[in-house]
Amino acid sequence: MDQIGGDLRLVSLRKEFGDFVAVDNIDILIPKGSFFALLGPSGCGKTTTLRMVAGLELPTAGQILIGDHDIASLKPYNRPVNTVFQSYALFPHLDIYENVAFGLRRRGVKDVATQVEAMLSLVELDAFARRKPSQLSGGQQQRVALARALINRPEVLLLDEPLGALDLKLRRQMQLELKRIQTEVGITFVHVTHDQEEAMTMADTIAVMNQGKVEQLGSPMDLYENPKTTFVANFLGQSNLLTGEVMDRGDFVGVKVWGNHIKIPASRVATTNAKVWVGVRPEKIYISAESNHAHDHLGNQLIGTVLERSYIGVSTQFIVEIPGFLDDEKIMVFEQNVDASEVKAGDRVRISWDPSHTFALDAKQDAYAGDVLAEAE
Amino acid sequence: MTSKKWVPYLLLAPGALWLALFFLTPMFNLGATSLYDPSGSLETGYVMNGHVGNYVDALSEYWPQFLRSFTFAAIATVLALIIAYPLAYAIALKSGQWKNILLILVIAPFFTSFLLRTLAWTAILGDNSSFVHFLQNIHILPEGGRILATPFAVVMGLTYNFLPFMTLPLFTSLEKVDPRLIEAAGDLYSKPFNGFHRVVLPLSMPGVVAGTLLTFIPASGDYINAQLLGGIKDTTMIGNVIDRAFLERGAYPTAAALSFLLMAAIVILVASYVKRAGTDELV
Repeated sequence: MDQIGGDLRLVSLRKEFGDFVAVDNIDILIPKGSFFALLGPSGCGKTTTLRMVAGLELPTAGQILIGDHDIASLKPYNRPVNTVFQSYALFPHLDIYENVAFGLRRRGVKDVATQVEAMLSLVELDAFARRKPSQLSGGQQQRVALARALINRPEVLLLDEPLGALDLKLRRQMQLELKRIQTEVGITFVHVTHDQEEAMTMADTIAVMNQGKVEQLGSPMDLYENPKTTFVANFLGQSNLLTGEVMDRGDFVGVKVWGNHIKIPASRVATTNAKVWVGVRPEKIYISAESNHAHDHLGNQLIGTVLERSYIGVSTQFIVEIPGFLDDEKIMVFEQNVDASEVKAGDRVRISWDPSHTFALDAKQDAYAGDVLAEAE
Repeated sequence: MTSKKWVPYLLLAPGALWLALFFLTPMFNLGATSLYDPSGSLETGYVMNGHVGNYVDALSEYWPQFLRSFTFAAIATVLALIIAYPLAYAIALKSGQWKNILLILVIAPFFTSFLLRTLAWTAILGDNSSFVHFLQNIHILPEGGRILATPFAVVMGLTYNFLPFMTLPLFTSLEKVDPRLIEAAGDLYSKPFNGFHRVVLPLSMPGVVAGTLLTFIPASGDYINAQLLGGIKDTTMIGNVIDRAFLERGAYPTAAALSFLLMAAIVILVASYVKRAGTDELV
């Protein structure tokens, strides 16, 4: 068991529950020592994937490799993998010390004291060794769960929605804490979450999952700046998606959006189809009075009317109606409150953005895929 | 609001009144009876002379029956635990949609009377029953050997009758065990049996303690099983002795002293058991 080591690779991994395909032949490479996130809405297959790596579910087909060893058929207790369970699953009848020592004792380690104490101090719980889990706060229990798994020095540490039960402030703090610990121990972390902020804060690489498949895999910045599907564009942050038709292709692709010309770098067009969704993030757009030509140099521009203006504190959010656009293609603009413009609701405005902040997706996809608010309706 | 102070007393009143009338008063009478001069009778009346000798006589004459009662009860408790634990485990953690049906089946025997069910066992264990013939045919039982009227039959009856009292508390405590704890134990290098031993068993101890008490206490004082399934010798339990002393021999002071001794013995046994099992920490 100890000689198993290296990158974690999922090869054509598949899991069916009856007729339902929970995980649909996914292929993922997770380099040793990296912090990897599986991100997606509930039911997308991310937890099932994690449980297959842990050995708690048997794959229908495919391989789970650590280095060159296929561990897919090994029992959980024979895998060099440990899990931080959702809502922790700490043993309520054992104190913190014994919870953390549990894995070492089961493997027959005689002298656990040094390692347990070192681990408790890594998670800053030295003073709580003899307390029972029920006497600890949520954040402290979370750290015990982490220590209980990490002490075994697994090749891969799996974290199943580890921060889901914590309040927002504590969650932010624990995100930084988890990242610090991962850097310190250098173990591969695979983190399952539905919270895009959590994934982006901590992970080196994110796989966005939807309906059992990997939609897109990349660094947080890559996914956010250059989404390849409408699902990713909507699930990570917010996007304006407009109906467009490709007119000419070159270094820049020219797209007509209801009579307006929009330019997009060829590398940011994810389809060869003529019908596309033209996407731009709300915070990439400058808004100014129609008579103000200060942003003309950016390249892409539309003229419209402000329908709504709401002050959020960190930004001001506008909804702009462009003549000739569909009803659900009103454009969202987020303006930082630094040199706030004087634009009010009802004003005629000029909105401008850089072509390199524009992306184009295949129009066959649902424009609302991954849009949490739209899907909840 | 001071007017709310009496609410707890009001809530306690029915129970307290009931126990005072039907538990404390008879207990007091029984205590007094146990100290009467044993030379009296119901017809001639009893003289109260604080005759502590009733206790000494009862114990010296009937200690074998005391010992037998606790032995039978202990064996029945252990057997019930061995049968009920896997049953409760399966219902609590493995039965899925069948859980409620299985639970009803556990309780189903209560729909018929205790007496009737024990009488049914006389047919099952009787000399001409197919069960006995089967045992004779495979030579576990010698030709002409009996099951009915043996200690074995009494212990089987006790085990059967108190099995639900063992199963239900075990089920309750096993059902509270989060299945993810079992997964976590496996994830932390416990093989299935080791995970059970280290996680499930300790967490189910409150159920084990409650179940063994609910089985052992009534089994120690039981007399129906010994009367219906037992024989003339080697099967008489202390409950039968008390029954006969009260109803057949009219030896009231002896019967009362025996009742008090039984109660005291059970209290002492249970108290030392609970102390060892450390329920304070477990429950």
